[in-house]
Amino acid sequence: MGLLSKKDAKLITDPLADNNPITIQVLGICSALAITAELKASIVMAVSVMAVLAIGNVVISLMRNIIPSKIRIIVQLVVVAALVIIVDQVLKAFAYELSKTLSVFVGLIITNCIIMGRFEAFALANKPWRSFLDGIGNAAGYGLILIIVGFFRELLGSGTLLGFKVLGDPIEKTGLYAIGYENNGFMLLSPMALIVVGIIIWIQRSRNTALVEDH
Amino acid sequence: MGLKNNLHKLKLKYKGTKMAPAFNAIHTFLYLPDETTHNGTHIKAADDLKRTMNTVIMAMVPCLLFGMFNAGYQHNLQVGEIQAVTVGFFSPEFWALDNFMIGFWKIIPLVIVSYGVGLGIEFLFAVIKGHEVEEGYLVTGMLVPLIVPVDIPLWMLAVAVVFGVVIGKEVFGGTGMNILNPALTIRAFLFFAYPTWMSGDKVWVEGAVERTNEIAAGANLDAISGETILGTLAQGKAVTHSVADMFLGFIPGSVGETSTLLIVLGGLFLVFAKIGSWRIMLSSCVGAIVMGLIFNGVVSSGWITETSKFYGLMSTEFWHHLLIGGFAFGTVFMATDPVTASQTNKGKWIYGFLIGFLSIMIRVFNPAYPEGVMLAILLMNVFAPTIDHYVVQGNVKKRMKRLKAKVA
Repeated sequence: MGLLSKKDAKLITDPLADNNPITIQVLGICSALAITAELKASIVMAVSVMAVLAIGNVVISLMRNIIPSKIRIIVQLVVVAALVIIVDQVLKAFAYELSKTLSVFVGLIITNCIIMGRFEAFALANKPWRSFLDGIGNAAGYGLILIIVGFFRELLGSGTLLGFKVLGDPIEKTGLYAIGYENNGFMLLSPMALIVVGIIIWIQRSRNTALVEDH
Repeated sequence: MGLKNNLHKLKLKYKGTKMAPAFNAIHTFLYLPDETTHNGTHIKAADDLKRTMNTVIMAMVPCLLFGMFNAGYQHNLQVGEIQAVTVGFFSPEFWALDNFMIGFWKIIPLVIVSYGVGLGIEFLFAVIKGHEVEEGYLVTGMLVPLIVPVDIPLWMLAVAVVFGVVIGKEVFGGTGMNILNPALTIRAFLFFAYPTWMSGDKVWVEGAVERTNEIAAGANLDAISGETILGTLAQGKAVTHSVADMFLGFIPGSVGETSTLLIVLGGLFLVFAKIGSWRIMLSSCVGAIVMGLIFNGVVSSGWITETSKFYGLMSTEFWHHLLIGGFAFGTVFMATDPVTASQTNKGKWIYGFLIGFLSIMIRVFNPAYPEGVMLAILLMNVFAPTIDHYVVQGNVKKRMKRLKAKVA
């Protein structure tokens, strides 16, 4: 991190672990449950959110001194909506199949609480470069959890990773399937994503007890 | 006494070390603890948690033994070795030990896996968290083999037990703190994770899946299959089993839930031992009958036609619903689980009624989930604290009113 000062580096590293948007702030859960059945979709979602959040943070930060505070939510919505439409169009143009899988959830990035949360909490009060780093950091923290959840759900639920049959072929009965292994259909259902996120939260808090909330 | 003394010495030796809970666990599992409470109020009763649980297990033993017999009976019946119970009851083949032994060798491994994995996790958590081991798994461990199909692969059962005990119970704080019934959590996990092993017409008869695979590989055998009554009805087919078969349990189904007669006996035993709540059992049956009557009424007033996909299950006579599927077993052994059920007496009536009511509703309206009672109990487990809250609040209000009237 030679490029960044210590304070700036913290903007990126904090949201990855001790201030993770999903496991600590518990934001952006809906999309973490909805699209993580495949690893590929998780990665694309993570990248999309990163683009929207980083650019959006910069835009809001540039405008922070001229937005009247009474209508700032509307301005933020316009910015995020514009960015989401761009991302959606790019996906449709270059990765049509994936945009089908993600369906409405790309559009629903608008409602992802992390984005409005960072606009409100950070971009409105900080300069563009720091806001940019904050956007990258938070989106990376979000994406990290998405990718972990997507990894386990795709591996255990479909026996594949990014579409490759890593555990063997369930129909031809090769690899693990030859000895009677079967895919866990529960993993493909959203409730299991919630449980996987819960397990990540459990592990994280048991390793760092300072994160445990008071009752 | 030698073992007890040795265990006691070991326990003293390891006192205060990391493995202490494990030795304590073995000790209290086999014998009464040798310490008693030193101060505070004492209520003397013979029923500790362990004995309560053993009573429930005793109530389930007839179901287990019959389940073993029925597994072999269904297999031999399908293979053509014996005749149906109505014809062949007095024939020597019916009473041959072979019927029992087929099921015995199939079901004992289920019991061993269930207890081995489940108690293993309890031990592990006791050692890691440094508390005494909890006996909570004793009943769950016996329930689990009774509510799965006889042919379920053992590794699947093991995975489900790990999930059920860790996610269903330990994360909430262990025995007595769980919201959902662990045995049903395990079954629900199996049902959603491996649906092909929890439904259909193969898994309920011992050896049917194996035989299907052999035939697919080119063996010259007749296929065997056995659909549960609920499965048959959901597909709109006619049921071939008589009511007596349903009541006595000579039908395909999960290991221990087929014989309504033995479940009722077990239930009576629990009621007389004052362990199972008769309020829940009774109100659950009432709820099921009410829902069954509503559906029968819908059919007899001609609101749905025979072409409807609900016709088969809706037109089932209301009291048949009590005999088929896991309804009786769930009501007697799982709805009454003291940890997850409502605690107040009024709450128990509401809780039980809704379990019965919803069970039949789920059965009829969602043929993809033929076993409505599992989902109904899990749902009501979640609502039990809410029911209790309103019952208690209602009582508080009533007494406040009385107080006001007295003062005025």
